[in-house]
Amino acid sequence: MKEFPVRKRIVADKIFKAVIILLSFACILPMFFIIFFITSKGISVINWEFLTQLPKPVGEAGGGIFNALIGTFMLIAISTLLSVPIGVLTGIFLSEYRKGRLVYLVRLSIETLQGIPSIVFGIIAYVWIVVLVGSFSALSGGVALAMMMLPVIITATEETLKLIPDSLREASLALGVSYPRTILKVVLLSGLSGILTGILLSVGRVAGETAPLLFTAFGSPFMDFNILKPVNSLPLMIFNYAKSPYPEWHRLAWGASFVLIVFVLGMNLFTKLVTRRWKVQF
Amino acid sequence: MESTILRIEQFSAFYGATTVLKDIKLSIPQNRITAIMGPSGCGKSTLIRCINRMHELTPYARVSGRILLDGEDIYATDPIIVRRQIGMVFQKPNPFPTMSIYENVIAGYQLNGIHLSKEEKEKIVTESLRKAALWDEVKESLHRKGTFLSGGQQQRLCIARALAMQPEILLLDEPTSALDPKATSHIEELVGQLKNNVTIMLVTHNMAQAARVSDYTAFIYLGELIEFGSTGTVFTAPKDKKTEDYLTGKFG
Amino acid sequence: MLGNDTSTELKYPMTLSKDSATADALTKIHARVKARWKSGFSESSFRKILYFAGICVLVLLVAIFLSLVIASFPAIRRFGVGFLFGTTWDPVKGEFGALPFVVGTLIVSFLALIFSVFLSLPTSIFLGEYFTEGGTPTFIKSMIELLAGVPSVIYGFCGLFLLTPLVRSLEVKLGVAPYGVGILTAALVLSIMVIPYSASIGREVINLVPTDLKEAAFSLGATRFEVIRKVILPYARSGIFAGILLSLGRALGETMAVTMVIGNSNFLPTSIFSPSNSLASVIANEFTEATGRLYLSSLIELGLVLFMVTTVINVLGKVIVRRMGVEG
Repeated sequence: MKEFPVRKRIVADKIFKAVIILLSFACILPMFFIIFFITSKGISVINWEFLTQLPKPVGEAGGGIFNALIGTFMLIAISTLLSVPIGVLTGIFLSEYRKGRLVYLVRLSIETLQGIPSIVFGIIAYVWIVVLVGSFSALSGGVALAMMMLPVIITATEETLKLIPDSLREASLALGVSYPRTILKVVLLSGLSGILTGILLSVGRVAGETAPLLFTAFGSPFMDFNILKPVNSLPLMIFNYAKSPYPEWHRLAWGASFVLIVFVLGMNLFTKLVTRRWKVQF
Repeated sequence: MESTILRIEQFSAFYGATTVLKDIKLSIPQNRITAIMGPSGCGKSTLIRCINRMHELTPYARVSGRILLDGEDIYATDPIIVRRQIGMVFQKPNPFPTMSIYENVIAGYQLNGIHLSKEEKEKIVTESLRKAALWDEVKESLHRKGTFLSGGQQQRLCIARALAMQPEILLLDEPTSALDPKATSHIEELVGQLKNNVTIMLVTHNMAQAARVSDYTAFIYLGELIEFGSTGTVFTAPKDKKTEDYLTGKFG
Repeated sequence: MLGNDTSTELKYPMTLSKDSATADALTKIHARVKARWKSGFSESSFRKILYFAGICVLVLLVAIFLSLVIASFPAIRRFGVGFLFGTTWDPVKGEFGALPFVVGTLIVSFLALIFSVFLSLPTSIFLGEYFTEGGTPTFIKSMIELLAGVPSVIYGFCGLFLLTPLVRSLEVKLGVAPYGVGILTAALVLSIMVIPYSASIGREVINLVPTDLKEAAFSLGATRFEVIRKVILPYARSGIFAGILLSLGRALGETMAVTMVIGNSNFLPTSIFSPSNSLASVIANEFTEATGRLYLSSLIELGLVLFMVTTVINVLGKVIVRRMGVEG
């Protein structure tokens, strides 16, 4: 029987381990590159003007991202308002009714929704809202983003509530508290941190979304608080400026990218810290 | 002669096709401590969960027969009203973790949306904590969360919470089985004092506890009421052989 | 003594209020409160609301599918199944064939997968087998999570300004048309973006391989490399495959980063250096300029194709993950 010589096998083993370690660290290099480049190119652009002014027309120097910031917050507000009530209620539904055909179908729907490409939500919001209202609007953008937030909120709510022991429900019911009040005032309150995590995480995700806004919110050089009018957002602005041929706009796009990435990564960090503080022990 | 506050007539309870309680007939005397004892799985917990209508919260749970509180059929009343008149303390202490001690005691009112003035609330909290023999230990820290207390203190908090609702009957489902001996004896003393205010039904699998604490004892075996009488009689001169066998440890 | 045993001394003072005024006050409070006992919000209404919420989600999904189908109808009626195989996408002539985009999407996605597996599989092995606990692995895990959190448009932006010059100089060296943008660039950017999905699932399944299986191999004198190759990877094979499938689902639907570096060409790509368009990128580029019902509905039909393909792949991936007992 021919055996592969032991020395060669040991050497192969060592080489393999080295390669694995190398490639694993190589894996995270892109992250460093991205952060490095955005910071170096973007941070010099940030100043008070940049953050508080509206964009200037082509050719004029300066200008800022104020309307994009406002627009981003408007879109987040609309989408949160639309997705949280249904999301939390559905999460409660799934955690209270663990089995059954409807529960199975709802779970399947959520998993499907989670995998749908973001641009398809843009198409849907266009067909439903933009066509109805007659123009691009913050509302349609908010609707598209709300559909993207829904699965995350539902899953977070369900998982959190499943962890709450039945003894809590029993304690409340035994005091003569009605079932709805027990769920809302006792169970939900105890699970608040987990639910909040889900909401914050999904906000962080949609804040950086562009595709669903391309033909819903559409973007705008102006600032308008009317939700039935087009609105600008940070990612939209970055997209439009990046693909433009004007170097001045490229510069602004780096600055906007820096702001966006600080917001998104900061949101992730913030979420982790908040949940740890608010977590209820049983 | 004491009056009967609770009358259980031809009462049976089921989980789906399984019969858990069979034709129970029992009269619970007012302002006395009645112990319900029996081996594990005999149906004693189910019985008291039927009394405050918690049994029906389980899927496929069913009952037949009548339970009359002060002459009124509790199964003809809104279960929420029943539960406000009949309080329960569970085996494992379960104070609400998001609430302070103060809020826990008053929880029955707060959660039900019943509005009370600040003085009314304070009176209820003070009185309930006194009755539960917890006042002196927590009066300085009423606004701390209830979960910081020891097991025995948490259980007394749960008793205070139940007492705050001024129930007619207080059901205790093996209230000391999760506690250490010292806490257990505290609760047993407390229960002895409470009967002046409220009728007590105590489920226990510890027959010595039943002997120590109660005025009357019911022995349940395999879903049937085997014997009921004053504790002294049941323990020294049981009428049924099964009772005698249980007391002498032949099974259990 | 049976019954009430008061012989043991009370261990704590029982300071019950003997004050009859307090007792009266409490009875009064209770009487007042009892007079207003009411059930409040009904249980059955609440349960109905919960059911309604669940049904809403179901209805949403169905509505999305139906809307896509209905809005694509003009194109479906005009082109039929041939839509998927038509090679010309010419809005001026009114000819809409999806093949260039299907091909573009498939090549970019598969290429991205191959590139990403080179990095994600070693990382899975690194985190799942070699270094499962400790500061460095946690750091690497967090970094990879951050990769997943970076917005797509920023990947595209960085790809456009940092990667395309590099690809362009490569193309010059190879004597190919120096676009800089194209399928290769898009695949490179996309590969970085999908690493987190396969890396985390891969790590979990590799971690789940039973220790006794590994120990049996080690005790026979196998090196770590051999145990990984012959025991761990075969065992975790379907889980790793599921992670790759999930990455594929993500890659197929990825829009912004691809749009910015794929070169925006509607012709059938001829090499990996060709500019091209994916299903998602052509929608992104042309939707707002689409004139006429046929044009718009053709774009929407592309969205419908995208929807169906990604749904199938994602559900497949999740089914496999669930069967392996891993929390995807």
